[in-house]
Amino acid sequence: MKDSRKIQLEINGVIFERMIETRMTLSDFIRHECGLTGTHVGCEHGVCGACTIHLNGQAIRSCIMYAVQAHGQKVTTVEGLCQPDGSLHPLQQAFKNQNGLQCGFCTPGMLMTCTAYLEEKSDPTEQEIREVISGNICRCTGYQGIVNATLEVANIKSTNGGA
Amino acid sequence: MKPVAFKYHDPSSVEEALQILAEKENSKILAGGQSLGPMLNFRYVMPDHLIDLNTVPTLDFIRLEDSIFSIGAMTRQRTLERDSELKRLCPIFSEALQWVGHYATRNRGTIGGSLSHLDPSSELPALCAAYDAKLVVRSVRGDRIIDFRDWGISFMTPNLEQDELLTEIKISPWQESHGYAFVEFSRRHGDFAIAGVGCLIALDTNQNVKRIAITIIGVSSTPVRLFEAEKAVIGNRLQEDLMAHFDHEISLLEASNDAQTTAVYRKKIASTLLRRAINQATHRAQQGLN
Repeated sequence: MKDSRKIQLEINGVIFERMIETRMTLSDFIRHECGLTGTHVGCEHGVCGACTIHLNGQAIRSCIMYAVQAHGQKVTTVEGLCQPDGSLHPLQQAFKNQNGLQCGFCTPGMLMTCTAYLEEKSDPTEQEIREVISGNICRCTGYQGIVNATLEVANIKSTNGGA
Repeated sequence: MKPVAFKYHDPSSVEEALQILAEKENSKILAGGQSLGPMLNFRYVMPDHLIDLNTVPTLDFIRLEDSIFSIGAMTRQRTLERDSELKRLCPIFSEALQWVGHYATRNRGTIGGSLSHLDPSSELPALCAAYDAKLVVRSVRGDRIIDFRDWGISFMTPNLEQDELLTEIKISPWQESHGYAFVEFSRRHGDFAIAGVGCLIALDTNQNVKRIAITIIGVSSTPVRLFEAEKAVIGNRLQEDLMAHFDHEISLLEASNDAQTTAVYRKKIASTLLRRAINQATHRAQQGLN
């Protein structure tokens, strides 16, 4: 039984309208229908965190949500983090500074998780950052560089913004 | 790793959802999808109809009326974790929710989904057991209110007919000075708990137990309250000699036994966690009295 629908959603400020099967996951929609392959798909059952994106500003797993559920909503993927001129988001720059990535597979999910969390809490402790990224699996870095990078941005933010 | 083809329904009201649920065979309710999503991807679950409650706006609420919390079934775990009134009157919620999945899954996961999924090691059912929550269940045939102690029938099977939907959870907070603790043990953070213990304690002015609720998760197929031991310690000061009551009741549980974790080990962990939970809850209750 094939069940299809026309959906429309905004990804990184661009409107995408497609006819899709309702069982298509949001991660497959983002990658295959929209060509935005920055969002990675690891375990496909919500455990590894590689597919984490923002749905209306909140970090969520895109592999266990259906594209049809995002109809009319706003999605941000890792491609939407950088500035229009291509310069890196402060957290991306901090990942570079702190060696927060090696193979890069987990990086989009890590970035989307941590940027959403920093919007909620601009001065997290190291323990809080570790708690938050416990939902994202990285097999290369040992997490220290990722924690350092997030702390770097948190420190800059709390110094500038007085949070 | 793709779900079977299903017909997707996006009702705009509870009534519409109930109608579809009553009419369509082999239909499944989709709440937050943080457990059902993986099960669909693995094809452990193969529904013909998927009824999405995310399009029903009236099931996402936390209300405090006449000193009772009414919580809508589609309230996200992250909302419960951060709600200031719930934190003030039922602080165990925020503590236990730290153990529920991860930050990103709590943004989607719901209380109604957790209770209906009824994983044996799930935390929110433990809290509902501790508070003797009342669950509002609706269908086109009418409404029912179910005491939480009648909710879990067996492994991942709640007291819910195929056409019924859990819509609301009612929780009565304890006195403000009560002590609480939620502890659990798993192989890695966010993994399914081998055992977990939720504890609520209210003390009288002599520091004797006035009221107590102990829930064990992960050990049996459904969350368990230690009612007999609770009764036995009322009016007493909680010290090590009284722990035998709890240990005895834990020893009688029919514990899950699998390749990685034996029943004996689960019970052993539960007894250890029980002491930690009781110590911490007692300490907090004493602080509340001072």
